[in-house]
Amino acid sequence: MLRFLIARTGALVAMTLLATLVVFLIANTVPGDPVLAQLGDQAASDPVFVAQWRHEYGLDRPLWERYGIFVVGLLHGDLGRSIHSQRPVLDDVAEYGPATLELASVSFILTLAVGIPLGILAAVKRDTWIDHLARIVSLLGVSSPTFWLAFMLLAVFYGYLQAAPGPGRLDPIGLPPPTVTGAYLIDSVLAGDWDTFRDAAAHMVLPSIVLASATIGLITRTTRASMLESIRQDYVRMGRAKGLKESRVIMRHVLPNALVPVVTLGGLAYANLLTGAVLTETVFSWPGLGRYTFLSAAALDFPAIMAITLLVAITYLVVNLITDISYALLDPRVRQ
Amino acid sequence: MTQPDPVLEVRDLRTWFYTDHGVARAVDGVSFTVNAGESVGIVGESGCGKSVTALSIMRLLEEPARIAGGSIRFRGRDIVDMTPAEFRTLRGAELAMVFQDPMTSLNPVLRIGSQLNEAMTVHGPSAAVAARRGIALLGSMGITSPERAVTSYPHQFSGGMRQRVVLAMGMSNEPALLLADEPTTALDVTIQAQILDLLQALNRDFGTAIMLISHDLGVIATICTRVIVMYAGEIVEQGPTEAVLAHPRHPYTWALLNARPGLDQERGDRRLITVEGTPPDPIAHPPGCRFAPRCPFRQPVCDEHPTLQAVAPDRLARCWLAGENDAPFVRQPRPPRPAVEEIVTAAEPIMEVRGLVKHFRLRGGFLSKPSVVRAVDGIDLTIQRGEIMGVVGESGCGKSTLGRTLMRLYKPDRGSIKFAGQDIANASAAQIRPLRRRLQMVFQNPYASLNPRMTVESILAEPLRFHGLTAGAAATRARVDELLGLVGLGAAARDRYPHEFSGGQRQRISIARALAVEPDFIVADEPISALDVNIQAQIVNLMMDLRERFGLTYLFIAHDLAVVRHICDRVMVLHLGQVAEIAPADDLFTTPLHPYTRYLISAQPALHGPGAGSGRLKLTGEPASAIDPPSGCRFHTRCPIAQPVCAREAPPMRMLRPKHEVACHFAERLG
Repeated sequence: MLRFLIARTGALVAMTLLATLVVFLIANTVPGDPVLAQLGDQAASDPVFVAQWRHEYGLDRPLWERYGIFVVGLLHGDLGRSIHSQRPVLDDVAEYGPATLELASVSFILTLAVGIPLGILAAVKRDTWIDHLARIVSLLGVSSPTFWLAFMLLAVFYGYLQAAPGPGRLDPIGLPPPTVTGAYLIDSVLAGDWDTFRDAAAHMVLPSIVLASATIGLITRTTRASMLESIRQDYVRMGRAKGLKESRVIMRHVLPNALVPVVTLGGLAYANLLTGAVLTETVFSWPGLGRYTFLSAAALDFPAIMAITLLVAITYLVVNLITDISYALLDPRVRQ
Repeated sequence: MTQPDPVLEVRDLRTWFYTDHGVARAVDGVSFTVNAGESVGIVGESGCGKSVTALSIMRLLEEPARIAGGSIRFRGRDIVDMTPAEFRTLRGAELAMVFQDPMTSLNPVLRIGSQLNEAMTVHGPSAAVAARRGIALLGSMGITSPERAVTSYPHQFSGGMRQRVVLAMGMSNEPALLLADEPTTALDVTIQAQILDLLQALNRDFGTAIMLISHDLGVIATICTRVIVMYAGEIVEQGPTEAVLAHPRHPYTWALLNARPGLDQERGDRRLITVEGTPPDPIAHPPGCRFAPRCPFRQPVCDEHPTLQAVAPDRLARCWLAGENDAPFVRQPRPPRPAVEEIVTAAEPIMEVRGLVKHFRLRGGFLSKPSVVRAVDGIDLTIQRGEIMGVVGESGCGKSTLGRTLMRLYKPDRGSIKFAGQDIANASAAQIRPLRRRLQMVFQNPYASLNPRMTVESILAEPLRFHGLTAGAAATRARVDELLGLVGLGAAARDRYPHEFSGGQRQRISIARALAVEPDFIVADEPISALDVNIQAQIVNLMMDLRERFGLTYLFIAHDLAVVRHICDRVMVLHLGQVAEIAPADDLFTTPLHPYTRYLISAQPALHGPGAGSGRLKLTGEPASAIDPPSGCRFHTRCPIAQPVCAREAPPMRMLRPKHEVACHFAERLG
């Protein structure tokens, strides 16, 4: 198991380096000139000013030198300066990142907490009303467009029933808790500020349901299919033949085997939740990375684009590592 | 004679499958008794209801199967009417069951110890007691270092070892009755012999009654004192094993016995007796005798359903013709067949193999170096045109790799292969392609070797078109029909898909596909292993007929020695990638010179009745691995006559009898 961990972590480092190179090359070879995107017409037509501007951002140096500066900067936590916000990219990411991370993580927990038990129930009670209900829930979740579902939930629960708070992370009059992690739910607990916690949690309900709706469907269906596959295995019949209770057979012999494919999908789902939050963030005025990404892309803000791309790449890699480790924990055959 | 105490009494058991197409009466009025400490065998072909009977007794039936009637009394208590909770206290404790495939009977993600212990703790004993007993049990099942075994995972064990673990689970609470459903079918003959010995010892030492289910009468004869023969959901014959095997009173039993070539049988007529047709559809059983449509002895009276009646002391049979006569069924004489020598006309080698080596590199991990499987490790072989060359050996001996390398599906690492005088060992893909027409292969698993999305016609027409053998659609269709006729399938099969056929029919399609291109040489890799005995006999007969008609040459890979002896002209015994012995079939089986050959022959279950196994040559231990084969003679780690020299020097191939070569330093001792 230790050897497995070392091998996988080594691979992670190598992949991260590769990711920096790919991100750098893509950002620096795509057509589109930041000069034209950033400077006004007048400034862009003045060669002296353009040259000076290029020099200021290091755009006049050779490619490999710029890559070196980029990597050394990364190692020092320097992601460069955003061209359009004129702040260090790291500051921007630190400001918007936690909001997205918090939303995606809550949605992910919601996905697993609803999807897996629903999938198990659907498989165990196959072809009963529970199974049919689970099928309808997953189908609705997967097939309703995010923005439509978001507006519907807002219209019904916020606008009509007034049971849920409106957009944003907190009430307009609420103050964010002292920043430790940037996640309001965690920070408010750390500060012992239960009113803010309740407020933040209430604001989390609708966006996380919207964001998780598609992944819940996927996880439910996968869990169900995988459970049905495992439940037919000989060792399950063997477990029954030993005299074990059906509940124990399911939890001990069926579920651990059935979870293996769910873990793969779970990893992908989390990464998707992180990157797919753009629409949800827009509808719910969620000050997260989604909006920031959009603005950076529109402005050809290379430092910001590279930082975000790299962040997404590293998130994928880390999620993959966690997936692999979960695999190994679940299945001893992988450990070798 | 005192009435023995019955541990299990099944009365008029009916287990029906309530399917969308109707009610399938899988078990239809079965009654029998198993006495304490007895060993009873149930035999019959797939779908006869033997496994469903066992699952009914264990109450492990799954939808849509339900017990529709009858009673099952276990130690005097009716278990059909028990609540599930009540029955759970018996299940696994007083009556236990082990299943066919040890590779899938153990949960891959749990340690062996924890799976074994839960079988005990669920019925009372504490975890500590169970852990202690588990280790002792594994030891008594013949598992070396059981302390280490309990912390292992199933994938670290071979099939034979896993079946020992499964048996340990079954025996963990010392049940009064152990149901074993084809417990050795998935294992090599050598390992099968060890597991059967173990079952017999459990029966003897613990007094556990055993109900053994098998399609193989030889397996049943090895350990069971009484045998029950099932057909189409009914018991058709029942009696002491020896008497039933010697004088079957039901034509179905008779057919089962005769479909199987005997290992000790001289080869006279090489056609096996088969019964045509397939078992009836369990949704619509014929009103009369259910075997009548296939029965070669059918009479008008058979239109009426016969009852199971006493035909002799302790013997029951469900046949109008069973009578008082001891041998009511006689094999019809057949026209004599040409002997082998007549077919092998000129000694013209079609396949010459010298120093063939094929290794596989296993991908190493991040920090471990890759290992090499020495699948074929220096084989010389000459096959004459028209010959049937048998290849036998345990799993992992390189049989299949040899066959595929001769087909040039694999490129050999070293050595030469001459096919009809042409070197094909180093030929390029383009050079091989025209030869593919002359080299064909039939695979083991007829369920996996036919593309499920293609109709039979497109399966058979594809090679015809590829090699440009027929001109035009009409000619192709005519040829497809001709091929189907050759393998005994009608032209109606043309537009159907593989899943609509039984295993035996699919294997016929596979053979037709191989024949389509009029090949010279066919590698048949375990072509009958996945089939029922009667279907095996049909396929064997078909292959023999086709050989005679078209002068085909076969490399016949198999693990059933009786079949190999029956149909092969010469036989090669492979052990860990090397030839141990090669000889004419009869000579090999009457005078085996290699201890490994002896061991294989004695491990083959024969129809001698229980106790016959005690005279068997017994070897312990598992086959060595082709990844790191033993030094010198690769068999020396298991060989009963090994000397120090065997570990040092690889024995050379020596011809000790006419055409009979062996690689053993001490072959003269066995000769």
